[in-house]
Amino acid sequence: MLVSILHRVTGSALSVAGLAILTWWLWAIADGGPSYDRFVEYALSPLGIAVLVGLTWAFWQHLLSGIRHLVMDIGAGFELRINKLFAVLTIAGSLFLTALTWAIALGVFQ
Amino acid sequence: MSRGESSTPLGKVRGLGSAHHGGEHWLRERLNSAAMLFLGLWLVVSLLLLPDLGRDTLGEWLAAPSGAVPMILFVILAFQHSVDGLKVVIDDYVHDEANRLLVTGLLYFAAIGAGALALFSLAAIAFGA
Repeated sequence: MLVSILHRVTGSALSVAGLAILTWWLWAIADGGPSYDRFVEYALSPLGIAVLVGLTWAFWQHLLSGIRHLVMDIGAGFELRINKLFAVLTIAGSLFLTALTWAIALGVFQ
Repeated sequence: MSRGESSTPLGKVRGLGSAHHGGEHWLRERLNSAAMLFLGLWLVVSLLLLPDLGRDTLGEWLAAPSGAVPMILFVILAFQHSVDGLKVVIDDYVHDEANRLLVTGLLYFAAIGAGALALFSLAAIAFGA
């Protein structure tokens, strides 16, 4: 239930904020220097970083619960215990992958 | 095989409904979702593998076919996938018929407008506008 709601919330956030930022980012790359500098300035502000980290988590949560939905569409995984385990794994997985993504991005493993 | 004789749930409903393509619509959404899985992973991994995220590096990456083509696919499918998903959210939570039509219309305009801007930007990067 919670994971199903999270799928909608994260999907909506990725659709609205995610695609708006993606479009702004691509336009800024195309437009060149000053536009891109402005994008980076906003992206690296405290609010910008919070939004990017939030979207990273939303991306992984939506991807993992999306896999869960595709599996269920095939007709598998409806047994109560497996279903619940899969749901819990999407939450643990998304938190882990968000941390891993930012650790790699920040050069922790270099 | 005629309608209704198929043994799978999808096979049973394909061709049914007033527009006769509800099953195809459902299937297209799932194929789109599966494609997003791979394109989403491609985008995140690609960004992490780039030496830096400066404008020159990104421009070079997106000007080459190996970066431009998956990114074009990502943009088109991500906007389509978002419209599919937000349409479900709107249908579930906006109950007034007139409001639902208005919000759905705004969604289509916003998605097509932003999607066109994103694709134009990619063309400009690739062809050096």
